[in-house]
Amino acid sequence: MYNFEFNRPTDLSAAVDALRGDGAQALGGGQTLIPVLKQRLAAPTTLVDLTGIESLKGIRRMGDMLVIGGGTTHGAVAASGDVAAAIPGLVELASKIGDPQVRNRGTIGGSLANNDPAACYPAAALALGATIETNQRKIEADDFFQGLYATSLEEGEVITAVHFPIPTASTYQKFEQPASRFSLTSIFLAKMSDGSVRVGVTGAGADGVFRHEGLEQALGSNFSASAVDGVSVAAEGMSNDLHGTPEYRANLVKVMTKRAVEALS
Amino acid sequence: MATISMTVNGKQVSGEAQGNTLLVEFLREELKMTGTHVGCDTSQCGACVVHVNGESVKSCTTFVSALDGAEVTTIEGMANDDGTLGVIQQAFQDEHGLQCGFCTPGMVMTIADMLNNNPQPTEAEIREGLKGNICRCTGYHNIVKAAQSAAATLSGAKQAAE
Ligand SMILES: Cc1cc2nc3c(=O)[nH]c(=O)nc-3n(C[C@H](O)[C@H](O)[C@H](O)COP(=O)(O)OP(=O)(O)OC[C@H]3O[C@@H](n4cnc5c(N)ncnc54)[C@H](O)[C@@H]3O)c2cc1C
Ligand code: FES
Ligand code: FES
Repeated sequence: MYNFEFNRPTDLSAAVDALRGDGAQALGGGQTLIPVLKQRLAAPTTLVDLTGIESLKGIRRMGDMLVIGGGTTHGAVAASGDVAAAIPGLVELASKIGDPQVRNRGTIGGSLANNDPAACYPAAALALGATIETNQRKIEADDFFQGLYATSLEEGEVITAVHFPIPTASTYQKFEQPASRFSLTSIFLAKMSDGSVRVGVTGAGADGVFRHEGLEQALGSNFSASAVDGVSVAAEGMSNDLHGTPEYRANLVKVMTKRAVEALS
Repeated sequence: MATISMTVNGKQVSGEAQGNTLLVEFLREELKMTGTHVGCDTSQCGACVVHVNGESVKSCTTFVSALDGAEVTTIEGMANDDGTLGVIQQAFQDEHGLQCGFCTPGMVMTIADMLNNNPQPTEAEIREGLKGNICRCTGYHNIVKAAQSAAATLSGAKQAAE
């Protein structure tokens, strides 16, 4: 791993200033970035560690929204009674990320910023219609994810919080790729307060996370596993690797959606 | 180079670190505490697990500069004060929970954290909790038994104390 300056600010404005420097990059829990640095796939000259900034951590309910600080660990989300009461699907999701050690360090901000096509949080953010708040602005989830590892974040922009609308019911059904512990194909299913149903799919799409409108419409008018049977999920646009063909992933989308419907029935 | 100070196994220590110095490098190379192992160096195997402020983390996937002032516990801190094996370590010996022993420091640290959060885990919870720890020798059965036996001993000791 190349060397770099290590900057550990304790407040957000100092972090934002430090990130303006040439070659500066944010460090969350490091559960993605440290392996990347070891492989010399990135060579920042300064790392700005966000884990010393208390204002980025924490979970609070604000009216019909659940707000999770960008520096909140997966472990804190998994253990939160507030999350369990408001959005149980997020507890399922966070408690299945990687392993206990990854959950104790990895953060929601890091996960969303990285937008790994097999990561878990992007499915929830998209399915719930979350708003991603940064030090500069608020970004709707539908505009945030821009394909593999790409987001609409600008250089040096920090995710400070994620605002999740509270659905009437939610579940995350993960089909794990056992070697990496990421998702092979997983579904975040939410029933929203306006009666609509939203389906976020991660691990499957060749362009990363997506919503499946056919499944959303079918389940919106008939919330049952049999409604899923009538929907065609195309293999086209699904990713292809040694863990699964596009056809296999397309089939998994339906299987995992049915499991999600059953979990909520 | 910066000076990093932390508490390791209850003792105040300090040492020099670069920006890219990993916690495991600091422990092994700067503090000469070689009980914590590096199995993969790719965040997969859990041989390097230690506790930071009471939570298990992979020390190969944590920069020591992020931990100035932290409290760290390593496998060297798991024995009793008189040098005899701690409860979890003893359970590994009794249940034959190790063969080559390379994964054992990380296994012990993960199980210690698990039992702190959940003193009486089911077998399924133990296996789930060990997801980040890979063992190439034992096939895990005796590691699970060691965790069960340590859980029983620790909760028995707690009951006796009450
Ligand atoms: C063995 C293993 C298994 C895993 N399994 C899963 C899994 O099942 N599901 C899953 O979803 N993930 C999984 N992960 C990834 C894990 O969830 C990471 O925690 C996450 O992807 C990155 O979060 P981090 O806080 O560690 O970010 P870092 O690794 O520190 O950073 C990742 C990227 O995000 C940027 N960044 C970090 N924080 C912010 C912020 N607040 N604002 C803006 N940019 C930021 C960094 O600059 C960097 O580009 C796994 C990782 C490992 C090592
Ligand atoms: S050496 Fe740290 S996870 Fe393998
Ligand atoms: S005892 Fe050899 S790797 Fe676990």
